[in-house]
Amino acid sequence: MDSTALLLSLKLAALTVAILVPAGILVARFLAAREFAGKAFVEALFALPLVLPPTVLGYYLLVAMGGSSPLGRWYEAAFGHALVFTFDGLLVASIIFNLPFAIQPLQRAFEAIPDDLRHAAACCGLTGAQSLWRIELPLAWPGLLTAVALTFAHTLGEFGVVLMVGGSIPGETKTIALAIYDRVQGFDMAGAGLMSAVLLLLSVLAIGVTFLTSSRHREKRRHAD
Amino acid sequence: MPTDRLHVELGQERPIPLAVELECASGEMLALVGPSGSGKSTVLRAIAGIYTPDRGRIDVDGETWLDTRAGVRRPAHERSAGFVFQHYALFPHLTALDNVLQAMGHIAAGERRERARRLLERTNLGGLESRRPAQLSGGQQQRVAVARALARDPKVLLLDEPFSAVDQVTREKLYEELATLRRDLSLPIVLVTHALDEASMLADRMCILHRGATLQTDTPLVVMTRPASPLVARLVGLKNIFEADVAGHDDERRLTHIRWFDRVLEAGHAPRFAAGTRVAWSVPPSHIVLHRRDRPSRGERENPVAGEVIRCVPMGAMTAVALRVVPGERADLFFSVPTHVARRNGVETGAPASVSLLADGIHLMPVTRAS
Repeated sequence: MDSTALLLSLKLAALTVAILVPAGILVARFLAAREFAGKAFVEALFALPLVLPPTVLGYYLLVAMGGSSPLGRWYEAAFGHALVFTFDGLLVASIIFNLPFAIQPLQRAFEAIPDDLRHAAACCGLTGAQSLWRIELPLAWPGLLTAVALTFAHTLGEFGVVLMVGGSIPGETKTIALAIYDRVQGFDMAGAGLMSAVLLLLSVLAIGVTFLTSSRHREKRRHAD
Repeated sequence: MPTDRLHVELGQERPIPLAVELECASGEMLALVGPSGSGKSTVLRAIAGIYTPDRGRIDVDGETWLDTRAGVRRPAHERSAGFVFQHYALFPHLTALDNVLQAMGHIAAGERRERARRLLERTNLGGLESRRPAQLSGGQQQRVAVARALARDPKVLLLDEPFSAVDQVTREKLYEELATLRRDLSLPIVLVTHALDEASMLADRMCILHRGATLQTDTPLVVMTRPASPLVARLVGLKNIFEADVAGHDDERRLTHIRWFDRVLEAGHAPRFAAGTRVAWSVPPSHIVLHRRDRPSRGERENPVAGEVIRCVPMGAMTAVALRVVPGERADLFFSVPTHVARRNGVETGAPASVSLLADGIHLMPVTRAS
């Protein structure tokens, strides 16, 4: 059992959720409430990580964050070390490949809130932020929970992008998914099995919580109607 | 110019055409009436700030909420407008009390609960404070929506078809409650409805809206009996709208004579139409009096018109009658008589009948071809 890799994965997943979900709330709410030219293009862009092969996404991230790219150069000047093959680079990549997993459930949840509730909130004198906090988020919370669970579970399991951008450096970028691969390569099937079981358990837990709460929510609504 | 009133001017061509001008004084209830799609709700939403038209100006109580020419667009949450939505738009996850509390951000935190409770009591919801919307009946939900709209101490109260989602019995109760509540409110109230009876029962004035344009604003009685144009006449449900030529005026008897086919009818005095002018005229069913067969009845000599009953439909206590007075022409008079009167006078399809058109009910309007 590579506990360093497990802890690193949990830290990466937690930070990805902490950064991506609040940002995703704002993006998803904007996409749900507004119509604008090029909206379909923006939505497609956010959905791209769903269909792009992870190695392809990883390649472009590597190029975009590498030492010869503007972003890579700026980062190195600002923080004194490269962005690729570091935990920070991994975090950036993780946020990008998780975009659809956070934004889509949130957007669907915000879209399900009738426009008139938003309008009623404004007519009550609530600002956009107050309306989000008091009215919209409490109504969109099953979507919020789904976004958190999917982002968390998906980060733990991502392999291709992590390998391309992180490079499997122990304690820095070697996540549990990469550790499992390493163990199998080294014929340590027992170690790989144990870690796989842990990952399986965490994923089942995350998905289970999501489904349980959203089905409870649906049932409550049915009773309420 | 009084400042404690609502003044609205809106204009745009697309997506919804708007050519609106209306005023509503403090303590007055103005009904915006029109068929669905006439833009009534859009006008209300523009006042509240949840819809922005291309051009317009909205002043309330001395404040300018919208002035597109000066670039003033006050956002909805900064306009103090109480809005009752058609389906109430109550926050489903909050109790009745919490729904009302949301609109009390302007009140000191310590006083909010007590005031919200008092408002709910005033709208006859005492004891139901901790219920969520789903646990309330339609009428109770409407009352929460009214309480929430008033909780903001609004400068204007906007009601968007607030009675359309409840049954008839509840509706009548809510009419009474609103009429009672209104007595203590001194702010402009704008009621959107497609129901003319609702508008004439509740509102001080009504404004007829058609394809986004305000056509006529006056007291319900004037709009319903003296419509400004044949279009308004049709929109307020008048069926007896015809065209005639002005034959002359009798200033002494305060009458105007009009030539309608081969008849000359006496109409209410309308000297603004010169003799020879083509005019439209209408007569409400209430001013069409059926002659009794056995003996002369009221006003028998007043514009007597004979014809053939072409349709006679008993509808409970009243019977709807269509009388063809000019053979071969589409000039039929529509009116209702009590069913027993129809029976006693032998009113049935194909039978002859005669009526009087009471002169003071005959209203002349300019002919508008476009309508």
